[in-house]
Amino acid sequence: MKPCTSHDGRRGFLKKSASIAALYFTPTSLVKAFAVDRVIPLPIAKEKLAITINGKLMNLEIDARTTILNLLREDLAYTGTKKGCEMGQCGACTIHINGKRTKSCIQLALNNQNNKITTIEGLSEGEKLHPMQAAFLKNDAFQCGYCTSGQIMSAVACVREGNAKTRKSIQTYMDTNICRCGAYQNIVDAIEEVAKSGVKI
Amino acid sequence: MKAINNTIFFEDERVDGADKVTGKAKYTAEHSLPNMAYAVFVTSTIAKGSIKNLDITKALTMPGVIDIIYYANCPAVPGYNPNAAERPKNVSEWRGYKVLYDNKVRFFGQPIALILANSFENANAAIRFVKAEYEIEKFETNFDKARLDPANLKAPINYKRGTEKKYKEQPFFVEGEYNIPIEVHNAMELFATIAYWEGDDKITLYDKTQGPKSTQSTVARTFGLVDKNVRVIAENVGGGFGSGLRSWPHVAAACIAAKKINRPVKLVLTRPQMFSMVGYRPQSWQKVGIGADAAGNFIGISHEAISNTSRYEDFREGIVEASKFLYACENVDTKYSILPLDVSTPIWMRGPGEATGCFALESAIDELSYKLKMDPIQLRIKNFTAVNPENKLPFSDINIKDCYAYGMEKIGWKNRPTIPGSLKENGMLIGYGMSVGVFGAGKGAASVRIVLSNDGKLLLECAVSDMGPGTMTSMSIIASDAMQMPIQKIKFKLGDSDLPPGPSQGGSGTTSTVGSAVDLACKTLQQKLKEMAIQFVPAFAGSTADAIEVKNEMVISKTNATTKIDIPVLLKLANQEKIDLTIASNGKTAAQLKFTSNSFSSHFVKLAVNPKDGTIKILNVVTTGDAGKIISPKTARSQMIGGVVGGIGMALTEKLEFDHATGQITNASFGAYHVPLHSQIPPTDVWFVDKPDVNMNEIGAKGIGEIALIGFAAAVANAVYNATGKRVRDLPITPEKLGYKTVKA
Repeated sequence: MKPCTSHDGRRGFLKKSASIAALYFTPTSLVKAFAVDRVIPLPIAKEKLAITINGKLMNLEIDARTTILNLLREDLAYTGTKKGCEMGQCGACTIHINGKRTKSCIQLALNNQNNKITTIEGLSEGEKLHPMQAAFLKNDAFQCGYCTSGQIMSAVACVREGNAKTRKSIQTYMDTNICRCGAYQNIVDAIEEVAKSGVKI
Repeated sequence: MKAINNTIFFEDERVDGADKVTGKAKYTAEHSLPNMAYAVFVTSTIAKGSIKNLDITKALTMPGVIDIIYYANCPAVPGYNPNAAERPKNVSEWRGYKVLYDNKVRFFGQPIALILANSFENANAAIRFVKAEYEIEKFETNFDKARLDPANLKAPINYKRGTEKKYKEQPFFVEGEYNIPIEVHNAMELFATIAYWEGDDKITLYDKTQGPKSTQSTVARTFGLVDKNVRVIAENVGGGFGSGLRSWPHVAAACIAAKKINRPVKLVLTRPQMFSMVGYRPQSWQKVGIGADAAGNFIGISHEAISNTSRYEDFREGIVEASKFLYACENVDTKYSILPLDVSTPIWMRGPGEATGCFALESAIDELSYKLKMDPIQLRIKNFTAVNPENKLPFSDINIKDCYAYGMEKIGWKNRPTIPGSLKENGMLIGYGMSVGVFGAGKGAASVRIVLSNDGKLLLECAVSDMGPGTMTSMSIIASDAMQMPIQKIKFKLGDSDLPPGPSQGGSGTTSTVGSAVDLACKTLQQKLKEMAIQFVPAFAGSTADAIEVKNEMVISKTNATTKIDIPVLLKLANQEKIDLTIASNGKTAAQLKFTSNSFSSHFVKLAVNPKDGTIKILNVVTTGDAGKIISPKTARSQMIGGVVGGIGMALTEKLEFDHATGQITNASFGAYHVPLHSQIPPTDVWFVDKPDVNMNEIGAKGIGEIALIGFAAAVANAVYNATGKRVRDLPITPEKLGYKTVKA
């Protein structure tokens, strides 16, 4: 799965990611179209996965069908990463895989042997907030807080990848992350502030 | 920052903000219980009919599947019994359709079975093996077609003062029909319920709800339990916008399943299910006529409306209300009927019916202003009223004209072309538009527990929830102001039905209702502290409570500032670890009921229409609120901006689509149902009158959640007209409706 790049058109991205999602993980709405009678139910074998999450190497045995998102949330109690659509369309589940921002709901966990994952929980150092977290807090860049983890993970990537030069480029890069409460303006304020401060993130 | 007596008392960030930016804040589905089973719904692929046969045999053999519940094996639910005589006293009939109860299908996407498995993956994998055979019945999902036959309409409510249709007799009048499609709340957090029966008659739920007490009551009445044996926890709610104002069938399903398999059950809806199972803003048709004399005085307003409901439940909202009272007018008539369709039941969506109604009303006023050759703001000022013409009560406060003045100045109203379509900037057609929003400001009953410990910390508790506006923050600010103590020493606990009863978070009522209770609790606590000082501190002996004040964490004599005592020391002197009070605050007082109370807003939009393809870009927004005292300026500003974003979706992009041949929803995803994104959001300036409404409640604050959105779509439509000369009365406003052909991406 190719991570989304800033020059991808929003709707184009959605279409692409949706078709990839259908291959990896079939949402309820699509499954009825499958010819199901030929499928023979077999016990699901556990697969081995070595993965580093927030600096911690983990050797796991997992269900081959598990997405990284569900692995994080259901199996490992890293609930900071959010589930919003399971189709790669809303960005609530955004994490970093080997430093690249990725939508974890459409990533099979097993495809990530030896990968390094960073989640929202891995950004702050103990009680000390990451500069982007602090900027979100200061600029009130959220309301309900549910899309916030994903927004922050995307925001960090936005600055790191050099896409935070103008408000417009920030907005385009961040179009992958929906906020239904409508905190967009404050989110861009926060990202701009961090980018302008020049602090290394 | 906020300064009281030159002391900086607090930073202005959200008190629960750090938890939200670090991912620590836990939402419903993020809780986990030992031995918890995962539940997923199988949903109907038809809009109406019955299930002839549901084959679960193969699905039951799938790995990890524990059980599959459907109409043939669903345990008896006391509240499902339609016979009132047979229901125990403490049981009420479940409102809406009874999930897993019968073989009837009432709408596309209705749950027809619930799969329970030991993992999410196993539950999901079994969905495809549940096979339904349907008997399809004739259905109707087409609102536009069905509303044309009066026999389909239901439950009309009419209102009249003066003469009906008086507007038609006036020298200047407009009339037009307005259409708004179904819009879906689509909060980012998926609806979820975790249910766990701790005993035969005791259940705990983690539930995404805007009202823990309301959910508690629904579950208790449905299953015949006493309220205290139903605990509902909703400590963080990832958006609601109205969709969490009732318990939807999935809540009952989780309770039923947990009972049947005797394990905790986690049920999380999918995004497509968020489009069909948890309400939406109903589709509506409206006709508005306004007539004025030559001077611009409104002589007649007529407002008709139809909105859809489901076949199994009636839902109506305040679509025609604003037309009755927002402007001075002697002759007003309204008609409002509902139209049942074979769809699920709607519910209030942010701004609710008033947002629907104000789109039509505020568009019509704009249209009339062109006929009168009058500035639309002047026309509104001309018809301003300080007394509600419907109930004849004075508004407790109304400063809408201040909003106009600020908005005009900030948006650059003087640059607005009086001839539509005559202003161009950089090759784009430029238009300016404005509108007004109004919503009732209520104050209900709430109880608050207040606990002051001898370490100086203050705890407040109420069973309200916070879906995002920042209730925890604003309540902490009210307590901080009332107690004159730092907010860092205050903790406001919410989101748990075990706490003292509070309202559901909705209808812009939380700040007024719970805030008044917090204020009363603090004042009661202060009185108690004063009495303790008089009793236990010799220096205060003989003093009266009136001569003492509580501030800066001390009890101080008003007459001699050197006579004072630290609160923790006072508690120790009195040999008390803490003061623990639960205070009930009532609805409006007799004095407050002599007024009618509303929050008002005025929105200003500058936008550009590309003359080549009709695409609309909103360039600037100024949004203003007249809602009494603003308790928490930072979160209030965010809430207003959020209303604008919601309003942009309503105005330009959001529409739920049906295939009327099959009754299926065709765009149930974020890829196909377009909510506003980062790059569609213009710079938005927020301004509040920020003047306490002393006639409304003790804290002088009214709600802003609804007015943030109400009317906004009309400001966009009015600006589009100003830019192009095309009056679009059907939302969303797309290039096609401006006469441009669809451009394929």
